[in-house]
Amino acid sequence: MRHILSLLMENETGALSRVAGLFSARAYNIESLTVAPTEDPTVSRMTLVTSGSDEVIEQITKHLNKLVDVIKVIDLNESRHIERELMLIKLQAKGKNREEIKRLVDIFRGRIIDVTENTYTIEMTGAGDKLDAFINALDEKDILEVVRSGISGIARGDKAIQ
Amino acid sequence: MGKSKEVLRGAEIFIRALKDEGIKHLFGYPGGSVLHIYDALYKQDDVEHILVRHEQGATHAADAYARATGEPGVVLVTSGPGATNCVTGIATAYMDSIPLVVFTGQVPTHLIGNDAFQEVDAVGVTRPCVKHNFLVKNVEDLAATIKKAFYVATTGRPGPVVVDIPKDITADSCEYEYPKSVDMRSYKPVMKGHTGQMKRAVELIASAKRPMIYSGGGAILSNADKELTSFTRKLGFPITNTLMGLGAYPGTDKQFVGMLGMHGTYEANMAMHQCDVLIAIGARFDDRVTGDLEQFCPSAKIIHIDIDPSSISKNIPVDIPIVGDVKHVLRDLSALLDSRKDLPTAKDLEPWWDQIKEWRGIDCLKYDRESEIIKPQFVVEKLYELTKGDAYITSDVGQHQMWAAQYYKFDKPRRWINSGGLGTMGFGLPAAMGVKKAFPDETVACITGDASIVMCLQELSTCLQYGIPFTVINLNNRYMGMVRQWQEFFYESRYSHSYMEALPDFVKLAESYGHIGMRIEKSADVESALKEALNEKEKVVFIDFITDETENVYPMIAAGKGHHEMHLSPNRELA
Ligand SMILES: Cc1cc2nc3c(=O)[nH]c(=O)nc-3n(C[C@H](O)[C@H](O)[C@H](O)COP(=O)(O)OP(=O)(O)OC[C@H]3O[C@@H](n4cnc5c(N)ncnc54)[C@H](O)[C@@H]3O)c2cc1C
Ligand SMILES: Cc1ncc(C[n+]2csc(CCOP(=O)(O)OP(=O)(O)O)c2C)c(N)n1
Ligand SMILES: [Mg+2]
Repeated sequence: MRHILSLLMENETGALSRVAGLFSARAYNIESLTVAPTEDPTVSRMTLVTSGSDEVIEQITKHLNKLVDVIKVIDLNESRHIERELMLIKLQAKGKNREEIKRLVDIFRGRIIDVTENTYTIEMTGAGDKLDAFINALDEKDILEVVRSGISGIARGDKAIQ
Repeated sequence: MGKSKEVLRGAEIFIRALKDEGIKHLFGYPGGSVLHIYDALYKQDDVEHILVRHEQGATHAADAYARATGEPGVVLVTSGPGATNCVTGIATAYMDSIPLVVFTGQVPTHLIGNDAFQEVDAVGVTRPCVKHNFLVKNVEDLAATIKKAFYVATTGRPGPVVVDIPKDITADSCEYEYPKSVDMRSYKPVMKGHTGQMKRAVELIASAKRPMIYSGGGAILSNADKELTSFTRKLGFPITNTLMGLGAYPGTDKQFVGMLGMHGTYEANMAMHQCDVLIAIGARFDDRVTGDLEQFCPSAKIIHIDIDPSSISKNIPVDIPIVGDVKHVLRDLSALLDSRKDLPTAKDLEPWWDQIKEWRGIDCLKYDRESEIIKPQFVVEKLYELTKGDAYITSDVGQHQMWAAQYYKFDKPRRWINSGGLGTMGFGLPAAMGVKKAFPDETVACITGDASIVMCLQELSTCLQYGIPFTVINLNNRYMGMVRQWQEFFYESRYSHSYMEALPDFVKLAESYGHIGMRIEKSADVESALKEALNEKEKVVFIDFITDETENVYPMIAAGKGHHEMHLSPNRELA
């Protein structure tokens, strides 16, 4: 099953490679990984999407916790949560196609953030499947470039990781 | 207003930090990027530096020093090849959870990443086999990083830590202050067990009809031999030890059923197979121990005490996990047990013990004691008798290692020093050196094989330089015996590249290093040779025992089989 793990870790060089190294050394898979400093510049927050049986996820969580740089690990799947991903996508947009793409972007609540005579660059956020749906709704030959951030996640409600 | 602190250069800070950490011995080898440190070493005598002959030897010696004393082992090497030569030793310590701190020199900060002379990314290379590692970026961070390195290496589940120090940092200066304590928000080992889980464990223990205690290296690392012994005696349960756990419970005690696993005793493995409650204590369910996971302890409920949550339910799902330090948990469990009136009595356990005695009656370690050709087991048994079971025994990897574990009965912890997890040939000789350095007045012997011994043989030179005497017991079967055994069993005796052709004359070899060599070819001479060697106080005595080349290690469970599927020696009726 797919799990979203949220990590707080020391903002140190090498911390990221410890996490990545753990996954490759133990043959776990990483679907996506995002990381950036938090409001406290000494702490980074990582969101990591992986998949595996319950036993595998339990081992992954334990091994992540064991890394000396890791302060906290939360499996967001254990409670209600929100996940979002940012996508930047550059499309070929010419002639009457321009209007059609614009309509589609509106339906998906994206924003056109850069325009040339022949292209649109679009910004869109949402859960991964929404972004997938948008891509699927497009004509494949119009897609010039796709950049996805990977999932960021946060628990719903009052709960906060600190 | 505090008085102003001393200003020191990085190299001096390094030495002062070691001193303030209470480190007395340092195993090392110099090179360009650690020359400032070596210069500082020259000017002091608080820390004794032992110059090895290969950096791998330094890591094994320091590792064994740690295994024997419980104190961290310390290594200092140069950048590049100095660091890479340490990798085998670091991985060895990592697999057996040994507290080791390895300081590697690094090229100056401004050259890092430039493919500079003798540059290697030591932090990157060692990352998968250390508990943690550090690159020091500022002389101001040096003392605190050293403090953290020792703290991380020695607490929780111990392990090796590498500190990479660029050369310029050893030349820079700053005020020196060694932190008194460490507080890391991201690293907080749990010592005490969860009370609720411990109560559940006590319930299960009270219900046991065929209980079994399986304890491992964690009991030794936790210095919990006394707690383990009183816990086990209180309950009257049978106990087995892993290869890494030998000595945590007295090997000569009647409740001890021997080692378990691939080359464990018949009684230990059968008791594992049939027990109804298994108490695993500081052991990690290694595949050499469990055999076929599907057939592991098929009727047992399992309690597992371990300080590392990731050891729990890793290979075998357990019923009652208790995360904590063995010593703490056993104390608390014992207190809970004391308040119970319904624990299994000796009478309740009688049928189970009767069954175990029947298995014991098979005498699975029987071999031909009358043989004229030297049986390797015979040498170990004689060594055991002559040292009254009180020596420090180091070993290499192979058949001789298993015979040492089976026939030397360890009554005390930290006496059996071997590489279990990584199985590193070459470990034994530098390990003996490290142990003898720690305990100059104790008897130390290295039980080794003709293939293993040459892998770190150069350390004989170090032993001469520093006057580190011990006995080398080479069980010379002219084979990589363990490999030959597998080839005999599983490859129809096709002995592919396992025959040791062109072995050196070990007697002359020992002599050329300035030590004493002996060759023993008959069983009748074994005892007198060992006696003579054990009396030598100045030099290494290298005894080359020419042993029966056909001997195999029994019992044996083939990889992936169940505990009840043991092979016993085909020659058992001989004796
Ligand atoms: C040729 C060869 C043959 C072998 N055959 C066998 C065999 O027949 N039988 C056998 O047993 N082994 C055998 N081994 C060794 C085997 O590979 C493993 O090294 C060994 O079984 C592991 O022992 P252990 O479970 O005690 O774990 P260790 O590696 O000693 O691990 C210790 C465990 O205790 C935990 N721990 C550490 N400190 C504490 C603490 N303070 N409190 C609580 N828990 C703690 C750790 O987290 C870890 O889980 C063989 C090795 C070789 C090279
Ligand atoms: C560095 C290393 N290389 C290879 C092995 C694989 N191996 C395990 S036992 C063994 C043979 C050991 O032979 P020897 O030291 O003569 O001991 P014996 O089994 O004959 O007692 C080998 C090659 C190993 N454990 N370590
Ligand atoms: Mg051999």
